Amino acid sequence: MVDVPVVTSVAAPVMLLVSLAAILAGVAFLLALWRFLQGPTAADRVVAFDVLTIVSITGILLTALAEGRGIYLDVALIYGLLSFLGVIVVARHLEGGL
Amino acid sequence: MIAALLDLLGALLLLVGSVFMLLGGLGLVRMPDVFNRIQAGTKTTTLGTLLTLSGVGLLQPDWALKLLLIGLFILFTNPLSAQVLARAAHRIGLRKTPLTRVDRLAEDTGEDA
Amino acid sequence: MGSVTTLHELSGLTMVPLLAILLLFWVALNASLSWQVLSVGITVSLLIGWLFRRGLSPLTELRATPASYRAGLGFVWHFLRELVRSNLNLARVVLSPDLPVNPGIVKVRTRLQSPMGRLLLANAITLTPGTLTVELQDEWLYVHWVQVESADIDAATARIVAGFERYLEVMYG
Repeated sequence: MVDVPVVTSVAAPVMLLVSLAAILAGVAFLLALWRFLQGPTAADRVVAFDVLTIVSITGILLTALAEGRGIYLDVALIYGLLSFLGVIVVARHLEGGL
Repeated sequence: MIAALLDLLGALLLLVGSVFMLLGGLGLVRMPDVFNRIQAGTKTTTLGTLLTLSGVGLLQPDWALKLLLIGLFILFTNPLSAQVLARAAHRIGLRKTPLTRVDRLAEDTGEDA
Repeated sequence: MGSVTTLHELSGLTMVPLLAILLLFWVALNASLSWQVLSVGITVSLLIGWLFRRGLSPLTELRATPASYRAGLGFVWHFLRELVRSNLNLARVVLSPDLPVNPGIVKVRTRLQSPMGRLLLANAITLTPGTLTVELQDEWLYVHWVQVESADIDAATARIVAGFERYLEVMYG
């Protein structure tokens, strides 16, 4: 196993709050996923996709925190960039589709 | 002692940020048309992410610069993608909720409101 | 204000330094010169350079005056307050069982001339209570409003635009 630096200084109430935050973000993700699957239009799916990726950034941050690894922040940044470009490209495509 | 308080504050910010994102998800499900859904999605994820970034910054001060960078990025791109998407949705004439009172844009471009 | 020298007048020079600064910032943040770090940095810098290829940057058009910097701070503060209000407002709407929406798209006018000022205005409107910029045409903005208070151009402009324009006017003209 890789030696994972664990955040040891964190008190129990902090862990509880962070876990609670993770659960709420998870529910937010599921709600957005419902809209993504439901549509009804492509634009609805794109909104949902945007929310999914941005909620995922918080998910990545929480993972970075839990594992004490700053490298995940780069992942979060690139993720945000790709999400933005994705939405722009699909929106342009929607407009061009007519 | 102070470090413990900062940790607690950071965790609280994380929680509040997640609450806003949850509300955004709820808005995405409940709002009646794509324009209202964009409104719900973009506002809550922007504030929510800024809060969670601040929370992580308090828990891990070493990461502050990168978190700030992500925050600035989100602050600029989130509203932009919302606007580009809303414009596309309007241009292709997506259905608006029957509750819609007025559409000056459709009037001016000569589409059916 | 008189004739104020803007950084915009120097904008022919801005692109290359901007990319260099972005790349430097990135390398400094990573404290590393490995090829992964450099390649990601170069890719992202080029992408950002492409996105802002028309010289659109919050700094290139910002007036270089103390009043303008003060207005900038005022803008940020006003914006953050509005962002919080906007979220609380939205929370109230989505948590109400009867979903009290009364949406529409209204037309508002801005006095701002600079493209960057208009872009920041559009972004700010999108993140403030119940409003979303749908289309920008010259001085006109079409704004989706979750709870339309007035479809009249002047009334809607006073309600949606005036708060931010006050600061942006000083910053960008």
